[in-house]
Amino acid sequence: MRIPCPICGTRDRREFYYQGAASMLDRPAAEAPLEVWHDYLHLRDNPAGGTRDLWYHASGCGSWLVVERDTVTHEVLGAALVEACDAD
Amino acid sequence: MVELNALSACDGLLPVEHGRLTLREETLGAITSLAPFKGQGKALSAALQAAHGVGFPAPNRMEVSGDVACVWTGRDQAFLLGPQPDAGLGAMAAVTDQSDAWAVVLLSGEGAEDVLARLVPVDLRPAAFPLHAAVRTELGHMAVSIMRIEAGLRIMAFRSMAATLVHELSDAMAAVEARRRLS
Ligand SMILES: [Zn+2]
Repeated sequence: MRIPCPICGTRDRREFYYQGAASMLDRPAAEAPLEVWHDYLHLRDNPAGGTRDLWYHASGCGSWLVVERDTVTHEVLGAALVEACDAD
Repeated sequence: MVELNALSACDGLLPVEHGRLTLREETLGAITSLAPFKGQGKALSAALQAAHGVGFPAPNRMEVSGDVACVWTGRDQAFLLGPQPDAGLGAMAAVTDQSDAWAVVLLSGEGAEDVLARLVPVDLRPAAFPLHAAVRTELGHMAVSIMRIEAGLRIMAFRSMAATLVHELSDAMAAVEARRRLS
């Protein structure tokens, strides 16, 4: 399995750390109802098909990525930076 | 005053030779991490160029001018190798001295790429990894920066991992050399 890091290029899976569903980025407001926080923290979809996950390029550039892949075909469809580099 | 003797990271470990392959320690002078502040990337590159003759490198590249090099080491981060950094750089970037934090070795000789192919998940053959290419990756489970210079493949690992680095590389060198003798 290879992941196309937008900074480093396509690299081997062992350079990356897997965190979990990219829905972790959609953090509810602090005053959101308990059910919303419960959903955010504990409930995950389990799709057969397209999914979006957070991966960290630990042995490469050190970027968090949202990786899109297909759980049925195992195809990796793309990857995007969670946050753009801000030096430029 | 106590008299202290400076020891390099690979003191007593290198050089190592296996057939046509050589592994030796390099002494680079100062190693300085440069991490540009928000919006300061271009200004830092211009200041680097003016002070040291090298710009801030693009990802997977190093810039070289004489004995000075600046190598990309990660997201918005590069290492200046050689000179003491110009004091003005501190206005545009977090500047940290890491001179004693790294073990720096040079792998050279025919088959050097075959040695690293056993340890590193990146294609380092010249067609994919030409002169002054540089990657941040792993060797075994160690974080490393690898770059191609005229003399061969330079590998930088954390100083505390120097003995492991030499051990892993030496074993792979011996294996590649043994296979060459058989073929
Ligand atoms: Zn990367």
